[in-house]
Amino acid sequence: MSRSIRLLLGALLFGFTLSAQAAQFTVSQLMAALANNKHGAASFTEKKFISILDQPVESSGELLFIPPARLEKRTLKPKRETLVLDGDVLSIERRRQKHVLQLKDYPEVAGMIESMRATLAGDRKALERIYHLALQGDRERWTLVLIPRDAKVGGMVARIRMDGSQDEVRAVEILQADGDRSLMSIQKTALP
Amino acid sequence: MQRRRLACLVLPIRPTKQAGRLRYRPTLANGQSRMSRRASVAIALWLAFLLVCVWLVSRASFTADLSAFLPSSPTPEQQLLVDQIKSGAASRLILIGIEGGDPAARARASRNLAARLRGDPRFPHIANGETLGLARDRQILLENRYLLSPAVNAERFSVAGLRAGVADSIDLLATSAGLFSKALLPRDPTGEFMQLLDAMGSRQHPQMADGVWVSRDGQRALLLARTRADGADTDAQEAAVAAIRAAFHAAAGPELRLALTGPGPFSVTARATIKGEVATLSGLGGLIIITILLLVYRSPTALLLGLLPVLSGALAGVAAVSLGFGVVHGVTLGFGTALMGEAVDYSIYLFTQSERAVAGEPRSSGTATWVATSWPTIRIGVLTSVFGFASLLFSGFPGLAQLGLYAIAGVVTAALITRFVLPRLLPVNLRLRDLSAFGRRVQVWVAWAGRLRAPVLVLFVAACVVLVTNSDHMWNRELAALSPVSAADQALDMSMRADLGAPDVRYLVVVTAASQEAALATSEHASVALRQLEAAGVIDAFESPAFYLPSQATQRQRLASLPPDAELRRRFKEAIADLPLRPDRCEPFFADVAKARGQRPLTRQDLEGSSLVEGVDALLLPSPGSWTALLPLRASASGAHAVLDAARVRAALAQTGLAGVHFVDIKGEADRLYQGYLREAILLSLSGLAAILGLLFATTRSPARVFRILAPLVVAVAVVIAGLVLAGRQLTILHLVGMLLVVAVGSNYALFFDRGLEEGGLSPRTLASLLVATSTTVAGFGILAFSSVPVLNAIGATVGPGAILALVFSAILARRT
Repeated sequence: MSRSIRLLLGALLFGFTLSAQAAQFTVSQLMAALANNKHGAASFTEKKFISILDQPVESSGELLFIPPARLEKRTLKPKRETLVLDGDVLSIERRRQKHVLQLKDYPEVAGMIESMRATLAGDRKALERIYHLALQGDRERWTLVLIPRDAKVGGMVARIRMDGSQDEVRAVEILQADGDRSLMSIQKTALP
Repeated sequence: MQRRRLACLVLPIRPTKQAGRLRYRPTLANGQSRMSRRASVAIALWLAFLLVCVWLVSRASFTADLSAFLPSSPTPEQQLLVDQIKSGAASRLILIGIEGGDPAARARASRNLAARLRGDPRFPHIANGETLGLARDRQILLENRYLLSPAVNAERFSVAGLRAGVADSIDLLATSAGLFSKALLPRDPTGEFMQLLDAMGSRQHPQMADGVWVSRDGQRALLLARTRADGADTDAQEAAVAAIRAAFHAAAGPELRLALTGPGPFSVTARATIKGEVATLSGLGGLIIITILLLVYRSPTALLLGLLPVLSGALAGVAAVSLGFGVVHGVTLGFGTALMGEAVDYSIYLFTQSERAVAGEPRSSGTATWVATSWPTIRIGVLTSVFGFASLLFSGFPGLAQLGLYAIAGVVTAALITRFVLPRLLPVNLRLRDLSAFGRRVQVWVAWAGRLRAPVLVLFVAACVVLVTNSDHMWNRELAALSPVSAADQALDMSMRADLGAPDVRYLVVVTAASQEAALATSEHASVALRQLEAAGVIDAFESPAFYLPSQATQRQRLASLPPDAELRRRFKEAIADLPLRPDRCEPFFADVAKARGQRPLTRQDLEGSSLVEGVDALLLPSPGSWTALLPLRASASGAHAVLDAARVRAALAQTGLAGVHFVDIKGEADRLYQGYLREAILLSLSGLAAILGLLFATTRSPARVFRILAPLVVAVAVVIAGLVLAGRQLTILHLVGMLLVVAVGSNYALFFDRGLEEGGLSPRTLASLLVATSTTVAGFGILAFSSVPVLNAIGATVGPGAILALVFSAILARRT
């Protein structure tokens, strides 16, 4: 019932914006599309280019997003690790150990992780609290660039770039302040 | 000589009234002055005795803590338990819950409360989930990683060891933890800091909301406070509890509620409960007894005189316990209340049985008759009571021994005062209501009661059936059964403990050594065995003070395993030859190792201000002449009732051959202690019963009479206990004591019926006096059944009904002539 109303409202809004600004794909539209997205399971592969290492390190695993606030990242290779962000609490499980951290104790990390979660949730407010947003492309092929506003986050992250299509994020590139870079590509999967 | 003096004392004296003052004069003209001197001596002795008692009582110290439940002469295992209960790490923990309001208000209150308590020197540690000392912790761990990390040894700094460490760290970079570890890689390529973080962070963590700990359902904010004072120091714990309450009222809005549990708050509550109930119940019991006596005597003078032996007895009881034990427990005082009802019986017998039959006949002749006829019976009754109580004196359970001593001193004093002092104080014109008419009505009932013999026998058989069928589960074998803490509070404590990640320390390895260094070193050696148990799955995890502060020897050993700079560079270069890391990136690592080689081992002072010092202080305790290290073990299975294979842990520790290392199962040891008390109490009760049997046989010289005296008592005990079992009550050691008391107290009534039989029927006045005496005893003991203190409640619920039944069954089962 409520879902069909939301769909209807979405369609109405969509039609309205199409007719008004047919050419321009806006941040609001992207966020609305993302916020509407309930399907949150994906697999990922991530390459990290770290200056002190001569070769990039590669990892892969699964992502699970449960709106509005829970993001799970399960790394399966090369070492198993489960990272769960739920509300303000970040828990990391590695080997037999589990660490529970308060996001507010690590503001720089919090900013980085929030970029991912807020984008997946289509939470424009949360994103804009930390980043300047710039959107390029159209609905089929868009690129969202996040530049930190916050000095603490800026000390860690220089720029985050997300590529996607419609309501899907396909790739996340994080350029760190020290010049290190990570590139994560995301493949949507069926919910287990 | 002794006998002659007693005979003189026995001679009746007549008090006369002259010029408005009472004077006492012997009735016999012959030896008049001698008699009056005897009377004066008795009264003077009594007054002197009272003075001594008052002096002793005024100097007595009173307590209501756990001491009554802890063994007076413990075995070495029990001593470990007693130490843990009194001053162990767990005994100092106070669990604080904040309820009501909304989550944000609770979190705010939690932070405010914690901030206030952190400024209070009574609490060395307050935790609520806030990460205050994080930066300091990280700094200490990072700067001292080569002293603190258990992974540091010669092997770790070999070529192969270095390679494994670096490869691990590179793998870690691929995970999200890489965010943290990347910056440290040049400084710490072998990952010692991450190792340490893993080890320190392995403790269970409570759930968090709004930056503070909360219960699993999120409805309660949780804090954990550790007091500087021992858990057994009830005064200090009371001050701590008051400080928490005051801080809470200042820190939280009126919509929030405070919940406090833990050994400290519980002993504070228990003490307040015992104090309050002893006052209320003695007041109420006293009031009921006074009312009964006033109704019976219709004379305030008689009432006051009748209370003299009771009050003297109570004073003597407290004085004796103070003298014998150095301290008087609140429970003993509560029990004293009940004993008032028993001690007042003697004066009731004296007053009602010696009331002169014909007006005008001097009271003194009535007293003389009473001394000749009733006193021998009462004397046996007093002796059976004393024999019963005496068996408690030998108990290793200090609470029981105190009850025994109090009862003996109280009963003997009351009886002696009634016999030797009270008759000399009775005014000649004392008019009491004649209970003969009432007694005659009772006589009719007693005659009729004989028809109930068959039903009583049926009842007895039924009670026995109940007892036999329930015999395997009617006893409560846990020490907690005696705890004055309400079930609701215990449940709250359990739930808060579970939410906080169970600092409910049940299994401990206790290490005692002569010095702090020796205690830490022994803990490290014991840890080797515990790690094997951990790997084998026997235990899930364990903690040790040496995790936070390794022994100086171990620290020096770790430092010695660090190679000199040139050697380290050579090995490192070789180790990472095929890894994607370049050695020239790792200059900070070489610098840190070189610096560490010049470090001196850490002491407790170096850890000050970090959470490491909390770990050390909680688990490493100084005691006079020695140090104790505590290594809490976590059982493998999850849940509150996880049980550990104690035999394997003991065997593994024994194999290490370390001295001063003991495994303690706190709950198991406590329950074993209680079961020991129970076994001992059963043995003592049986010997008390045997002593009573022997006494009765010695005085009556007739097995048939002994049987007739004891049969109603045995039936009464069986019926009461069966009733309690049917009511769903689990029996504790105090019910057992109650049974002994039913026999000891009830024997007085049974003895009168037995004597009545010997003399061809009880006189109406004796019958009436028995009824009054029973009602005061029932009032005294029965009132305890309303106590929420299990120790008092058990005695009240057993002796109250037991005393009535003993009288009723004595009447029913008495052989008719």
